[in-house]
Amino acid sequence: MSTGFFTDTTLCIGCKACEVACKQWNELPSDGFAFTGMSYDNTVHLSGTTWRHVAFVENVQMDPQGLSDHWSMMSDVCKHCTHAGCLEACPTGAIIRNEFDNVYIQPDVCNGCGYCVPSCPFGVVDMIGQVASNAAYNVATLNQERRERDETAVQGRGGVAGKCTLCYDRQRDGFIPACAKACPTESIQFGDVDELKARAHERAQTLKERGLDASLYGVGWDSSVGDLNAFFLLTDRPERYNLPPEPVLPSTRQPAGYGAAAAAALVMFACGLAIFGRSPS
Amino acid sequence: MPGLGTSFGRGGSTTFLQDLQNADCILIEGSNFAEAHPVGFRFVVKAKERGATIIHVDPRFTRTSALADHYVPIRSGTDIAFLGGIINWVLTNNRYFREYVVAYTNASSIVVDTFKGTEDLDGLFSGFHGGDTGLTAMSHYGGAAQGRDSIGGYDTETWQFEHDDGGAVKRDDTLQHPRCVFQILRRHFSRYTPEMVERVCGTPQNLFLLVCETLAKNSGRDRTTAFAYAVGWTQHTVGVQYIRTAAILQMLLGNVGRPGGGVMALRGHANIQGATDIATLYDLLPGYLPMPSIERNEQTLADYLKINTKRTGWWSNLPKYVISQLKAFYGDAATKENDYCFDYLPQLTGDHSTIPTTFAMKDGVVKGYFVIGQNPVTSGQNTGLIAASMDRLQWFVNIDSYENESSSFWKREGADPTKIGTECFFLPAATVLEKDGTMTNTNRLLQFHDKAVEPAGESKSDLWYLYELGKRLKKLYAGSTQPKDRPILDMTWDYEHENERERKRGEPSASRVMQEINGYVVATGEQLKDFTECRDDGSTACGGWIYSGVYPDKNTNRARSRKGDAWTALEWGFAWPSNRRMLYNRASADPDGKPWSERKKYVWWDEQAGEWTGVDVPDFAKTKAPNTPATAGASGMDAHSGADPFIMQLDGRAQMFVAGPLKDGPLPAHYEPLASVIHNQLYSQQHNPSLKEFRRRDNPYNGSVNAEYPYVLTTYRITELSGIFTRYIPWLAELQPEAFCEIDPELAVQKGIRNGEYVTLTTAVGEIEARALVSGRMKPLRIADGKRVHQIGLPYLYGNFGFTKGDTSGDLISLSMDPNVSIHEAKTFTCDIRAGRRDRRTGPLLQDSPVPADEQIPDGQPQTHGIDQLKTERT
Repeated sequence: MSTGFFTDTTLCIGCKACEVACKQWNELPSDGFAFTGMSYDNTVHLSGTTWRHVAFVENVQMDPQGLSDHWSMMSDVCKHCTHAGCLEACPTGAIIRNEFDNVYIQPDVCNGCGYCVPSCPFGVVDMIGQVASNAAYNVATLNQERRERDETAVQGRGGVAGKCTLCYDRQRDGFIPACAKACPTESIQFGDVDELKARAHERAQTLKERGLDASLYGVGWDSSVGDLNAFFLLTDRPERYNLPPEPVLPSTRQPAGYGAAAAAALVMFACGLAIFGRSPS
Repeated sequence: MPGLGTSFGRGGSTTFLQDLQNADCILIEGSNFAEAHPVGFRFVVKAKERGATIIHVDPRFTRTSALADHYVPIRSGTDIAFLGGIINWVLTNNRYFREYVVAYTNASSIVVDTFKGTEDLDGLFSGFHGGDTGLTAMSHYGGAAQGRDSIGGYDTETWQFEHDDGGAVKRDDTLQHPRCVFQILRRHFSRYTPEMVERVCGTPQNLFLLVCETLAKNSGRDRTTAFAYAVGWTQHTVGVQYIRTAAILQMLLGNVGRPGGGVMALRGHANIQGATDIATLYDLLPGYLPMPSIERNEQTLADYLKINTKRTGWWSNLPKYVISQLKAFYGDAATKENDYCFDYLPQLTGDHSTIPTTFAMKDGVVKGYFVIGQNPVTSGQNTGLIAASMDRLQWFVNIDSYENESSSFWKREGADPTKIGTECFFLPAATVLEKDGTMTNTNRLLQFHDKAVEPAGESKSDLWYLYELGKRLKKLYAGSTQPKDRPILDMTWDYEHENERERKRGEPSASRVMQEINGYVVATGEQLKDFTECRDDGSTACGGWIYSGVYPDKNTNRARSRKGDAWTALEWGFAWPSNRRMLYNRASADPDGKPWSERKKYVWWDEQAGEWTGVDVPDFAKTKAPNTPATAGASGMDAHSGADPFIMQLDGRAQMFVAGPLKDGPLPAHYEPLASVIHNQLYSQQHNPSLKEFRRRDNPYNGSVNAEYPYVLTTYRITELSGIFTRYIPWLAELQPEAFCEIDPELAVQKGIRNGEYVTLTTAVGEIEARALVSGRMKPLRIADGKRVHQIGLPYLYGNFGFTKGDTSGDLISLSMDPNVSIHEAKTFTCDIRAGRRDRRTGPLLQDSPVPADEQIPDGQPQTHGIDQLKTERT
């Protein structure tokens, strides 16, 4: 069975409960305290220590009539791709596909090379910096013993790559991931991917009948990353939510890349011949 | 609370969150539902998914607006004009639910001929006397010291109904009598036209009419509309009347006591409903029993009962609840001979709510201060004054889980701790997970929670502190023979824990406190099954009658039960009264006891069984048939017929016109906020004449229509943060890391303000700085005479402690009060704004110096605003 998320942006109220529940369960530190002035978004993007991120997209006019006003919110997360760039790039085998068909980074195997970071077509994976001080943790999580014991969830030591684990530890114990559990409006739904897809198609159809331009992002599409195990229902172009409209698996560029390299080598060889191959006469 | 109480009978939400999913339309106004109540908002989302129309009326386009079908902008502080406009539209277009209005409201009641309304008196009701007049100018300093005698207000003799010889209210069911409430209502709201709404509120007429049409279309036999509000309606100098306006509208539309209808009062904190029920308010005893008052001359139990017991309706039972409560307080010492120790209770001598008490502290009258689970130095208004008044205390005790701005008021910017003589005690409190207890949520639902972990360090539960304080006081006074010490010595104070380990730790039993609140038979100690078992002969004891039934026997705590379902969930917790989830649910059936429609079935009369039945506990005598006539001249419940659903009221009906208890009118009228940018467009009376002011140099007012303060400011909370504890949680703090204010792009350009940079906001009270968040979600509005109004939004929850910091909005807001509940006006006032940061505070603020004796008011008592002289000002 493959498990994953269906994130329905039309039900999201931007409460960020998913962000907080994720950090609390996975004992992740805050990413710092900086006011951005970008709508209500102060964590800005997914990072090695922010595994759920709520994007706020304002499309609002000053006009009091405001009939076309929208303030869209979307809870972004690792897509757990069918063909995962990070997994392909990982030289140590730290990134695996686990028994739930989720893409999972084993923190104790990761050597911190960082190849996975540019290999993700969505910019999800990031390195966890050295966590500066315990002050960034909640007082309640300053339990050293528990952190050492529960290595699957805790990445607080830093120096490794980090991203959503789909709450691997919770799933193994029969619980649903923390973000889906905390979501008050069922915008984040967790379950068997096939079931979720059926539900998503039905939902998109209903919304279309209501006149909304609903589309599924990451389902049945023609992309080298394949379908996403964490997919989204959007009502606007993916770019508006900072999602790539046509994500490309880096390894698909390899043949062209090798070809270009071979051609370059040939040209260099030819140039070398031309310069040094002449007889000294 | 009195808004709902005087209208329907009880000061609690008429409905419950889960029922919102059955609404066909939900009007959210005075609340940022999605942000402040995200979990409850799931039922709004469910309603929307089922096809309901969601309307959000608010000065700001918020996350609630984002999920609503229609966002309707409004100028902050003008909701009575907006809702009054809808009332007028409903009346002129005959879109009210006539059968409901005639049968279940007092629309047909006839008012005495001496009554005069705002149409006759240009913004006043008959009976106004005294008070200071005409001070709408900027400076309100000065004025001689005033005693209570000079405080003005309304006499309510002319706000009464005509009665027939049997004592029943005279009615005209055709609603044609010129003095019937319905006709008075028509005249009263006739000037609240759509054009006027646009002039006052800035709401475009087409949007306003869209709201009117949507509400009317979704009300009636087959459909229902629910209203949801929160502190956006209460924190005003006319706050109670905001809720009254909504209540009248819901009566006209026939939406109260019916599934998917009602007025949902969203409470500002997890247990705020519980705090008013078992009462932390100075003028209430637990269960909404009035605190004895020397002003009402309630010196003996007989006087108290005579004044407060109603002849008809449920409050005819008041003596049973009061006497049972005294038995719970004083046990065996309370006997019939000594009036059940009634004279042990303190007597009110005036307004002793927090704001007047703060002034009394400043003037050195009040010398000690307990602050438990509150943080007045950030969440209060005129916080400079609050901190300055704490400088003058002899002692100060703060019980909290975190160091906060109040516990460390002497560390504030500009203060010199060497000059502050207050002896401060900071006691560590256990958090909610570290103690047993209940919370009463916004549904009036009690839920018990068990301790999950031991409190950290030396932290103790709040209950421990209070129990221990009582025990030590008793020890201190033991052996005293002085009569004045009897209240402490006679007080029942036995809440020893059942569990030996907890008992050794000194922890009292929350369950035993609950058992006493539920009540018991004195002779046998058996628990009361319900408040109907309370007696007025001293044979029962009951700490808070409305909660009676939560602990029906020693082994059953109904607040612990957790059997849920998707709707009424009667086995999940316990809702007061008597586990009823929806109040006044008799009104979900027609006068004959049949559901108004199959679609809106809820509680109905079962002819065969001879009783009321349905999906909820009926809010009505179970076997009182719908055709039971009212007994003429009877007292108690016999004065109500089987078709009178509002059982707490004298006449069993919802009150469109409130005869008596409210201090600012029997009907709502629009007055401008105390700090406003325009003159009242409806009447010459600019402000609520009954509102309470404190005219002193340490509490200056911006004044009305003052060009120095041209912008409207409104305050609120956001999802990410609520109180001090959230600021200490880095996961929350990083989401909103600094104090900010929201401004519209037009104003930003005018003032040279760039998004994300600092701005300084100023009022007559003080100045603060915040980051600017420039967004089209703030919309400039066009109001009367083409005037352009810019509104600024300011979250109020920042301070100096925690990971997220910033100035508090309380530094900007001067203190004034609503006349009914003494609430401050923090939801709308005026300010100026400029780019850049404020100066650091290096010395005393204006609030820090004492005011001269002739400006001080005895015991901090407020002054009544009085009649405005706008006619002359307005040329």
